[in-house]
Amino acid sequence: MAKATKSREGTVMVLGGGIAGVQAALDLTDLGYYVYLVEKSPAIGGVMAQLDKTFPTNDCSL
Amino acid sequence: MVEAGRSPNIEILTNADLLSLKGKAGNFKADIVQRPRYIIADDCTACGLCTTYCPRHQVDDYNEGLNITRPIHIDYPQAVPATYYIDPRSCLHLTHETCQICVPVCQSKAIDFSQKPEERTLEVGAVIMSPGFGRIPEDTLAKYSFGKHPDVVTSIEFERLLNPSGPFTGEVRCLSDNRHPHKIAFIQCVGSRDIGCDNGYCSSVCCMYAIKEAMVAKEHDPDAEITIYYMDIRTQGKEFDAAQKRAEDKGIKFVRAKVADVMPWGNHLRLTYSTLDGTHSFKPFDMVVLSVGLESPPDADKLADMAGFKLNKYNFCDTDTFAPLATSKEGIYVAGAFNGPMDIPESVTQSSGAAGIASGLIKKQRGRGIIHKSYPDEKELGDEVRIGVFVCHCGINIGSVVDVPDVSNYAGDMDGVVYYTESLYSCSQDAQEVLKEKIKEHDLNRVVIAACSPRTHEPLFQETLKDAGLNRSLFEMVNIRDQCSWVHANEPGAATDKSKDLVRMAVAKARHIQPLPEQTVPVNKTGLVIGGGIGGMTAALNLADQGFNCSLVEKQDSLGGNFKTLSHTKKLIDLVKKNKLVTVYTDAQLQQTNGFVGNFTSIITSGKGAKVKEYTLDHGVIIIATGAREHRPETVLGNTIKYSKKVVTQSELAEQLEGKGKNRAPDSIVMVQCAGSRGDDLNYCSKTCCTTAVQNALRVKEINPDSQVIMLYRDIRTYGYAEDLYQDARQKGVLFIPYELNNKPVIAEKGSKLSVSYFDPILQDDVSMSPQMVALSVGMVPEETDTLSKLLKVPVTADSFFLEAHVKLRPVELPVDGVYVCGLAHSPKPINEIIVQAQAASAKSAMPLVKGYVTVDPIVSNVDKDICIGCKLCTSLCPYQAIQMVKDENNRPKAETIVASCKACGICASHCPTFAISMGGFTNEQLNSQIQAFGQAVMEKETEAA
Ligand SMILES: Cc1cc2nc3c(=O)[nH]c(=O)nc-3n(C[C@H](O)[C@H](O)[C@H](O)COP(=O)(O)OP(=O)(O)OC[C@H]3O[C@@H](n4cnc5c(N)ncnc54)[C@H](O)[C@@H]3O)c2cc1C
Ligand code: SF4
Ligand code: SF4
Repeated sequence: MAKATKSREGTVMVLGGGIAGVQAALDLTDLGYYVYLVEKSPAIGGVMAQLDKTFPTNDCSL
Repeated sequence: MVEAGRSPNIEILTNADLLSLKGKAGNFKADIVQRPRYIIADDCTACGLCTTYCPRHQVDDYNEGLNITRPIHIDYPQAVPATYYIDPRSCLHLTHETCQICVPVCQSKAIDFSQKPEERTLEVGAVIMSPGFGRIPEDTLAKYSFGKHPDVVTSIEFERLLNPSGPFTGEVRCLSDNRHPHKIAFIQCVGSRDIGCDNGYCSSVCCMYAIKEAMVAKEHDPDAEITIYYMDIRTQGKEFDAAQKRAEDKGIKFVRAKVADVMPWGNHLRLTYSTLDGTHSFKPFDMVVLSVGLESPPDADKLADMAGFKLNKYNFCDTDTFAPLATSKEGIYVAGAFNGPMDIPESVTQSSGAAGIASGLIKKQRGRGIIHKSYPDEKELGDEVRIGVFVCHCGINIGSVVDVPDVSNYAGDMDGVVYYTESLYSCSQDAQEVLKEKIKEHDLNRVVIAACSPRTHEPLFQETLKDAGLNRSLFEMVNIRDQCSWVHANEPGAATDKSKDLVRMAVAKARHIQPLPEQTVPVNKTGLVIGGGIGGMTAALNLADQGFNCSLVEKQDSLGGNFKTLSHTKKLIDLVKKNKLVTVYTDAQLQQTNGFVGNFTSIITSGKGAKVKEYTLDHGVIIIATGAREHRPETVLGNTIKYSKKVVTQSELAEQLEGKGKNRAPDSIVMVQCAGSRGDDLNYCSKTCCTTAVQNALRVKEINPDSQVIMLYRDIRTYGYAEDLYQDARQKGVLFIPYELNNKPVIAEKGSKLSVSYFDPILQDDVSMSPQMVALSVGMVPEETDTLSKLLKVPVTADSFFLEAHVKLRPVELPVDGVYVCGLAHSPKPINEIIVQAQAASAKSAMPLVKGYVTVDPIVSNVDKDICIGCKLCTSLCPYQAIQMVKDENNRPKAETIVASCKACGICASHCPTFAISMGGFTNEQLNSQIQAFGQAVMEKETEAA
């Protein structure tokens, strides 16, 4: 997949790739922006990825 | 997450640290460094061979150190990116320059020890901070013997124990001797509401997650005895009280007590606690779970310094009630737990809101950086049906009950099936690659996946089909998790048989599925906001900020709603009036709405008396912000209430305290919480009244320090930072006394005197007193949601609040596309949360407007005009007004689907007397073959028996 490395307009940086960061990134793309999602650990997902089931719907958390 | 991994417009930079952030709103420069993974991401197939060869052990951080892994590993199979990595802290080569055994083992030559940290500069217009939360320091946990006894675990460790991919593959076992714990205690507020560890705030989520964990533990072992020790149960969220009720019904015990300590006691743990009446007791447990709070992230200070925004006294991001998503630095926004402890629904809402504001800031640059995803052309199908069947283990979620290999082999024998296989997690990113390859390799033209729920995963698989050049309708999904492994967890044989039945039926149907064309409909780029309170005005302004026109409809003669007197409201009214993109209609009511997302037409009336005018508005989206009003129950806790100067609601008291009257703060006052809420009259918790009451109590004490203020409550729900107010009020001498539902306070008026009597659990005695005033926390009720629900055909809950499409993942969207909700019409909440939700609703509603068109799901109904007799039955039955009558060339009436309105419910097709209507993807032919395939097994069994 071609990923730009040069500077481009219409971009936003999201720092932290937990559920909050991932949702922000997805919404930003739907609003017409390119997103750099910067995450310090080797995978995105944050704490939610560690949870078994999550309230209120108790379905799988991913 | 997988969706983020697949988006061509999100570049995920993992193992990355921010080095500096410079510049200003619209024009930031961020320097980041990416630490090496020592594995070439594009080459790694996530096969896992390397991990099996790696000789070195290391604790598994993902599993909270409860088991071990190897330095070369992946955190969990569905991780995004789905690439292994080498942990430099323990790798033998990286620490001692030896080993390298993994290098030749890796078949795809993906291991590369020569990788170096890579620095990059990112130029961006805006920044969203979402670094989440940190961990409560271990010394705070030490008094509960955490670290001293292995069976004292944190709630996050307990999540891992419950999880199938956890240390005991989903079995809850004591870490000391692997036995199943029979007696489990949860201790609430560990590291929260505790000035001892400088965390005065309430973490807001732990009561609810403790209930969840206790319930799941009960599912694992119905005989487990679980006790939750708490100070207040704070389940103030929408429908959360109901969860606690279910937990109680399941036999989970809730004990209001302070836990003094936990001590090792032979094979067990001894928990000492004190109850309100002053007695100390102790109880033995097998396992103790600490409900740890949410701490600020460890590098909060560094981030704030680097980026130049402020933190609050608890080291979370500092924000204002009226600008809850803005940091103190323009152009940098905040979302999620870093903005104060919050749960997933709230985090998701904040993220949408923050995305919306960022989008408003840099709207001139919109679309310039975007890469449009293109799909390969759909391939010609040919006559031969070539079905591929993929059966998923879902870790052990399905695989531990259903015999997955057996089901997969069974599918292999079916007509039309040319390929079949099983997979551990078919939703993982690498599994999508496999799916694409197999489609190519075996020239598949129909795909059947037996896995979890199509509700969550069908779009993902369909997207993969499109990537592989197949129309997304050439897909069937079988839910063998919910319908087999979950509901028949104790009958593995039957669950396997049923899985085979379902797969056989899906394959039978798949033989008849055809590609369906994608359709798009253009969008009218304006919005309609209903309700002109803080929520509605915020939403309207936000839409305008993002560049879209909207109409704001308010039923009263002026804007402002419940909070007219706030200075922030006045500011908003001013901004709305000045904004050229917002048209305001006051004294206005929505009369009728037709159409569908992108193309709504509404009729509203506006004006009073003879001057009422009718307006027809065309718009693409609708935001409901109709709010709620104060409830005024006539009976409270069984007492008949006569409102007067002495018996008031909390908002009346607040008004009185704001005024100038000399005796405005009474010498004695009793405040009664949940007066009308939580099952008294309304079923739900009104969420804001505890904080309001505590604020009023403080205000009374401030004006009249000698005043005797007593608050009778069930649980004080000053969640988040409002806990500070609660502690302050206690210190200032406000008396907080809990009451039970089986012994409610009695409020009476004897002559000119008020009398209140209640049971005091501290004194263990009945108390009677005559306060000057009684203030009731009466809660709130939604406004006219029932009428709007009918007009817009959107559902409401049993409590008449609008019901969102998915409470966790789509918290501001309603099930009807293009209709959004925010504020009190969604559920009770304080102002800052109303504003966040309004910002989120406007961001979400801007999405179709930005895109300019909507895609229609191809499963809509389709009328065969040759067979239609024009009886109109379908038009009268369709709940979405999605069928209209048109005239054919012979001037005969014929039904026709409005595709963008159709929700594919199938009511029309099932009622049409001439079978003229078929549903895309559910034709009669397809359904009949499915039913026949079902009957086939029954017949076979009968023949066998005979
Ligand atoms: C035991 C437990 C159970 C829970 N159960 C539930 C539940 O059932 N339902 C529910 O709704 N909520 C639950 N919660 C709350 C839930 O975990 C949070 O609401 C949610 O995780 C918040 O998401 P977030 O993205 O803000 O933060 P996080 O999940 O913490 O994600 C933050 C991300 O940012 C990254 N990061 C941090 N600092 C930096 C930096 N400087 N640079 C780059 N990246 C950085 C982190 O590595 C992480 O990936 C639970 C919490 C706990 C502790
Ligand atoms: S009261 Fe607050 S801090 Fe304590 S457990 Fe409940 S949510 Fe967590
Ligand atoms: S007083 Fe209000 S906020 Fe507090 S628990 Fe009762 S209903 Fe909820």
